[in-house]
Amino acid sequence: MRRVVITGLGVFASLGRDTKTFFSNLVAGRSGVRRITQFDPSGLSVQIAAEVPDYNPADYFPPKRLDLLDRFTQFALLAAKEALESSGLDLAQEDTTRFGVVMGSGMGGAQTLDSGYWNLYGKQLTRLHPFTIPKIMHNAATSQICMEYGLRGPASATVTACSSAGHAIGEAFHLIKYGLADLMLAGGSEAPITYGMLRCWESVRVMATGDGDASRACRPFSADRQGMVIGEGAGVLLLEELEHARRRGAKVYGELAGFGMSSDAGHITQPTVEGPARAIRMALEEAGVSPEEVDYINAHGTGTRLNDPTETQVIKAVFGDHARKLAISSTKSMHGHVMGATGAVELVATVKAIEQGVIPPTANYTQPDPECDLDYVPNQARQAAVRVAVSNSFAFGGLNAVLLVRAL
Amino acid sequence: MNVEEKVIEIITREQHLPPGVVKPDSTFAELGIDSLDGVNILFALEEEFKIDIPDSVAQNMKSVRQVVDSLTRVLQGKDISDLVEMAKQGTPAATS
Repeated sequence: MRRVVITGLGVFASLGRDTKTFFSNLVAGRSGVRRITQFDPSGLSVQIAAEVPDYNPADYFPPKRLDLLDRFTQFALLAAKEALESSGLDLAQEDTTRFGVVMGSGMGGAQTLDSGYWNLYGKQLTRLHPFTIPKIMHNAATSQICMEYGLRGPASATVTACSSAGHAIGEAFHLIKYGLADLMLAGGSEAPITYGMLRCWESVRVMATGDGDASRACRPFSADRQGMVIGEGAGVLLLEELEHARRRGAKVYGELAGFGMSSDAGHITQPTVEGPARAIRMALEEAGVSPEEVDYINAHGTGTRLNDPTETQVIKAVFGDHARKLAISSTKSMHGHVMGATGAVELVATVKAIEQGVIPPTANYTQPDPECDLDYVPNQARQAAVRVAVSNSFAFGGLNAVLLVRAL
Repeated sequence: MNVEEKVIEIITREQHLPPGVVKPDSTFAELGIDSLDGVNILFALEEEFKIDIPDSVAQNMKSVRQVVDSLTRVLQGKDISDLVEMAKQGTPAATS
């Protein structure tokens, strides 16, 4: 059976424009959440988000290229660049028909769509820009990465809300495992911080306002949690067939050994225990790992009233007594909920935890919640050998994606 | 500024080209303008001149000269049925 390893990492997000900066900020417990700057949020009840601060697209892309790139595709290209460059791969030596891309995004080109609607309904224009379609389509990120590097293998895009990147990485993993590709760039990207999107989220009543202290707004598993905070950015990982990686002497961050996906078939927004639990069990089973071997879970941990107790029950259901021994943290407390990118950004954090032997904390944890009574690594990063780690993504719509990484 | 100067200015701007590259006798092919660039330029021309360029006429715009000629006639409110007819006989635009 072909095995799949991770040989490249890329992040472009609020807490860092590269993996190293991103992870050191996580370990330091820093928050990327602050008052929104992309538009004036004064009229909103939720005025905070984890934006990429002072981001200027012109620093990264020539004008002609930029015309066709929504912000979410820009982030995808930037994270993909780091993932590829960090891998040491020489593209000239590779069969690019065996190298593919799967990228997830929940909202696609939300900013282009938002400004298009403003022109249409607000300004009453009758003509919309001809680049609108190629910019908003969810597969723009995948396609632009393929075009940038001439990658001609299996390529697609996933759209499963907050599990989009988890599913993208899982599907890419299986494409290599079952012989359809040798190399895959996989991850997710999202740029959902628009006036329209924020208004939509506001109405769901699951968002933290921060009460004047943005950096402390997202408090997963803490009794005083307020809800989730939206973030933007991208995460991309280079997945590679193990022997292929060995032949070229690649640095291996870990083995992507298990992927579980399941549907709650329950409620469009309320999570179940059974669905996510089944996804975790599937990932364990595929990896041939017993629950007791898992050292760390990077939780979905949104900080909402519904997610955190449910996820705690899920972990107890799968891991039994071991649930109290393993470490759990929600890095969303710092980088926000990056929606369709979050599974990738969090898998990068998970892989770095294995590599560095440091578990990033759940920041902003202040009060124990009787319904969330496990070890959430509160506030302080922890030195610990991590051999096996699980990354959870449980989406609106009840579609779950769980990835399992093992140290090699 | 006459129509030709305006067209050259718009193509230069939309293609992010240095000044002086776009000339009255440049073809779209020479300028590296593909089908998607072409519709973008049409959009900019329509916005600039506050006009509608019919698809059938648009399909025939493959050079600066053709754009200027077609546009001049549209702007003058002249009968453009011969342009439409010409476009019908020509190769359809390669947009998908």
